[in-house]
Amino acid sequence: MGATWDADPILDVEHLTMRFGGLTAVDDLSFVAGRNEITALIGPNGAGKTTVFNCITGFYKPSEGRLSVRHGRGDAKEGADRLARLTMSGRRHRGRGEDAVFLLERMPENEVTAKARVARTFQNIRLFAGMTVLENLLTAQHNSLMRASGFTVGGILGLPSYYRAQAQAIEFSRQWLERIDLVDRADDAAGELPYGDQRRLEIARAMCTKPVLLCLDEPAAGLNPRESAQLNTLLRSIRDDGASILLIEHDMAVVMGISDHIVVLDYGQKISDGTPEAVREDPAVIAAYLGIADDDNAVAQGATR
Amino acid sequence: MATAKSTRAQQTLPAASPKFDLVGGVREAGIAALIALVLAIPLLSERTVQEAGGLVLVSRWWLAFAAAGIVFAGRLALNLLQQSGRDARDGLSAVIGRNTAWLGDTSRFLAPGMLIFAVILPIFPFSDRYIMDLSVLVLTYVMLGWGLNIVVGLAGLLDLGYVAFYAVGAYAYAIIAVHFDLSFWVCMPIAGAMAALWGIILGFPVLRLRGDYLAIVTLAFGEIIRIVLLNWTDLTNGPNGISGIPRPTFFGLEFKAIGDNTFADFFGLTYSPLQRIVFLYYVILMLALLTCVVTIRLRRLPVGRAWEALREDEIACRSLGINTTNTKLTAFAIGAMFGGIAGSFFATRQGFISPESFTFIESAIILAIVVLGGLGSQVGVAIAAVVLIGGFELFRELELYRMLIFGLAMVLIMVWRPRGLIATRTPSVVLKDRKAIGADLVGEGR
Repeated sequence: MGATWDADPILDVEHLTMRFGGLTAVDDLSFVAGRNEITALIGPNGAGKTTVFNCITGFYKPSEGRLSVRHGRGDAKEGADRLARLTMSGRRHRGRGEDAVFLLERMPENEVTAKARVARTFQNIRLFAGMTVLENLLTAQHNSLMRASGFTVGGILGLPSYYRAQAQAIEFSRQWLERIDLVDRADDAAGELPYGDQRRLEIARAMCTKPVLLCLDEPAAGLNPRESAQLNTLLRSIRDDGASILLIEHDMAVVMGISDHIVVLDYGQKISDGTPEAVREDPAVIAAYLGIADDDNAVAQGATR
Repeated sequence: MATAKSTRAQQTLPAASPKFDLVGGVREAGIAALIALVLAIPLLSERTVQEAGGLVLVSRWWLAFAAAGIVFAGRLALNLLQQSGRDARDGLSAVIGRNTAWLGDTSRFLAPGMLIFAVILPIFPFSDRYIMDLSVLVLTYVMLGWGLNIVVGLAGLLDLGYVAFYAVGAYAYAIIAVHFDLSFWVCMPIAGAMAALWGIILGFPVLRLRGDYLAIVTLAFGEIIRIVLLNWTDLTNGPNGISGIPRPTFFGLEFKAIGDNTFADFFGLTYSPLQRIVFLYYVILMLALLTCVVTIRLRRLPVGRAWEALREDEIACRSLGINTTNTKLTAFAIGAMFGGIAGSFFATRQGFISPESFTFIESAIILAIVVLGGLGSQVGVAIAAVVLIGGFELFRELELYRMLIFGLAMVLIMVWRPRGLIATRTPSVVLKDRKAIGADLVGEGR
């Protein structure tokens, strides 16, 4: 196809299959997410989008398939060789820095975030409701702070290096709070925030893990049009800062507005893959959405615009 | 503190309306009294007494009428209270809420006040041997409460077998001290490390368990340890326990009436058994404060925040790259370590330990202290320990009735302050200003 995402993928999903007993939720799905791009995963309800997400982020162990993440650009062929060697080796990851390649299906969920640097949000928001907004963001920087505190020993003794690291972490959190416009509520409990703010906070919290790939599960669900537009701006700015985004979304205004690349799922299989323009006019997509009024309208409107 | 003030304003009682529907109230109370009388006649009015000629019925009519009278008065009072413009339950709730809200409000001043009082307690004239013994006991439970608070209050892992670590610490100290003739100060860290090790050993199998299942397994663990202590006669001397456990020394000076290196001799004092007790008091005060300071520090470190995050939402924790296995194990290990150190102190204070001291009721009392005090609150746990253990001793003359009072007090507190005396959470880090977080938002763990 020669698309940008094929040339330089950050995430490569190959033959992903997930079975729950007799039910095949995801069936031989392959797609790539391009580096520094926003990739949308759409499809009717029950198409298997969240299952794909859970496989990518390590919450499910896929029945079959390979999920690889490459941190560096590098030569595509060299990257493929490295990946092949890693697949044969039985290890979870290989190389450092720009050369690093990871096999997500071999990793538990916390390593997916800590090592492969793939962060996620949840469809039903999962903030630490009883902790403050700032604490939520600091918890996301747990691993780096843990090292700075000498795995607690240095922190207990009150070494100055830990306090420096904590000050830096607070500063990093403050910058994110400014970006999502929540600095004034930094010391309020996360559970007290309005819904839209909680959505943005969850994204900022995921970004505080310093990911290369951010996976968002329906980030615009429940947002009003104004908040939805703010979200678009935020997601674009995250992409422009160098991170890649993979998102599941039902809100077609968001999907069509910001995606560089759309993958459409139905009954666990890929039915379309391409740019927003191409997907919008794909007869298979229109057929899949027929009978589901809201989404159908949105796609139809997009198609006739 | 803004939230605390606003809730206090809401809890101000509305002005009582002057008019009561007295007739209606009396009628309703009369009906209740009648029902009570009907119930009381078969239950209370007759009693069989063993006499020479066999069983004899003794009539006690007055008891049934007394019961009816009590119900009448109580019901009438309740009616009047309800009619005065508020629901009795809410009214009482507000009174209790108001009277305990200051706990959260003033805990900043309360903590230093309590600390100063604890430090100067032995010099008060009323501090006789009984008071000092009781204070040592209370402080032991304060320390145990603070230790368990790490596991239950911060990490949200319901542990019903905490006494196991207390027992491991006590036995570790007793066995090492008796067999290897080492001093308390050497053995104490070993006992703590042993308990921490057992904390990890317990932690591994229960990593995947939450809530009720975790509670049951920890409960079983507590019993296993006790039964092993009871049956492993070669090591623990079984039900006979271990006696002759060495007493702690003050830099090598012993607390004895006669001997070479006694404390009284060295400082030129006349010997008094109170000296040893005051010394023990300061030892346990220091150990408890160590627990407290370490816990407060841990809360502000990444590991402490990870514990609290684990209590709030374990899945979100894992999505942020936190290794929940290690996080849970550190909570179990550190909680167990303080339990073990408290156990070694218990052994050295008593001089004798047996498995009887480590029954389930101990775990229940420690857990009650943590829950009553408020999960995660250091000051609350200290107050609860003083009230529970002190109160228990205070009502000693009442014998079995004190269990009744104890149970009733627990029920009342759980009805009116379900999140404990100090339910608000203080943030571990602030950007601009520190605000307490309301109990309704803070997770309880499962």
